[in-house]
Amino acid sequence: MILPAALLPAVFFWIFAVVCVASAAMVITARNPVHSVLFLILAFVNASGLFMLLGAEFLAMILIVVYVGAVAVLFLFVVMMLDVDFAELRQGFLNYLPIGLIIGTIFAAELVLVVTVHWAFGPEATNVVAAPPPADMTNTEALGRLLYTRYVYFFEAAGVVLLIAMIGAIVLTLRHKPNVRRQNVRAQIARTPATAMEIRHVRPGQGI
Amino acid sequence: MAITLGHYLTVGAILFTLGIFGIFINRKNVIIILMSIELILLAVNINLVAFSSFLHDLVGQVFALLVLTVAAAETAIGLAILAVFFRNRGTIAVEDINLMKG
Repeated sequence: MILPAALLPAVFFWIFAVVCVASAAMVITARNPVHSVLFLILAFVNASGLFMLLGAEFLAMILIVVYVGAVAVLFLFVVMMLDVDFAELRQGFLNYLPIGLIIGTIFAAELVLVVTVHWAFGPEATNVVAAPPPADMTNTEALGRLLYTRYVYFFEAAGVVLLIAMIGAIVLTLRHKPNVRRQNVRAQIARTPATAMEIRHVRPGQGI
Repeated sequence: MAITLGHYLTVGAILFTLGIFGIFINRKNVIIILMSIELILLAVNINLVAFSSFLHDLVGQVFALLVLTVAAAETAIGLAILAVFFRNRGTIAVEDINLMKG
């Protein structure tokens, strides 16, 4: 069966959306946290597909690089490093399930009703567009031109946030064990031939 | 059938609710709670990008990029704190995290 080309975006939207929501549901209900992380990766890959359908290619790629490449690996690393009894942490799962289901269903119903009941953009909404995408550019180029000019301070601020996060993570997890010998650079540089070696004159037949 | 903005917003709304729901039912496991926060931020990003695409305004994508940055930083710091806490206390159960309780 060959689908008409006009139908393809809709087909892919439904595939990505359904898999994304299903794997998000598996993230929060999986018994094994490693499976949760893997389903998180699947959810992010499918969200990246949704971004691609929306024409935001750069963000789609960034989502793959940042989330699948960095964040999910970080999660996997921590889940596998910590020796935690995850079964014990699941105690009370069923206690919270009914109230969570009730509140979640109400909340989801409200949100979905808000966004799906017929509504349209107000006439003002299209007048306040700050940066319409240029027609002759790719998404990445247009985003770069916007990000490095008008929003450069926000871009710098994002960089500072990442720098602080990096320093914070290193400072938090760095530890000096007392019985581990570390390199002492100052002592190494301060060594001279006078302190490092000694010349003995060995007489024949006598030894030192 | 054409895919409208409402479809994307619905996906965002369901993902957001799943994130909230995940915090509700995994109240003891900080790692799953952090993953739920990631889901919530992903839902926010889907909304931002969907509006950006349907309103023909690139600023939404710039904003989504900043949200992504903050989410990555938050996860790195959160997991670092978690690793340090586990090293010191030997547990990550949420109800044991009460050192600062008066």
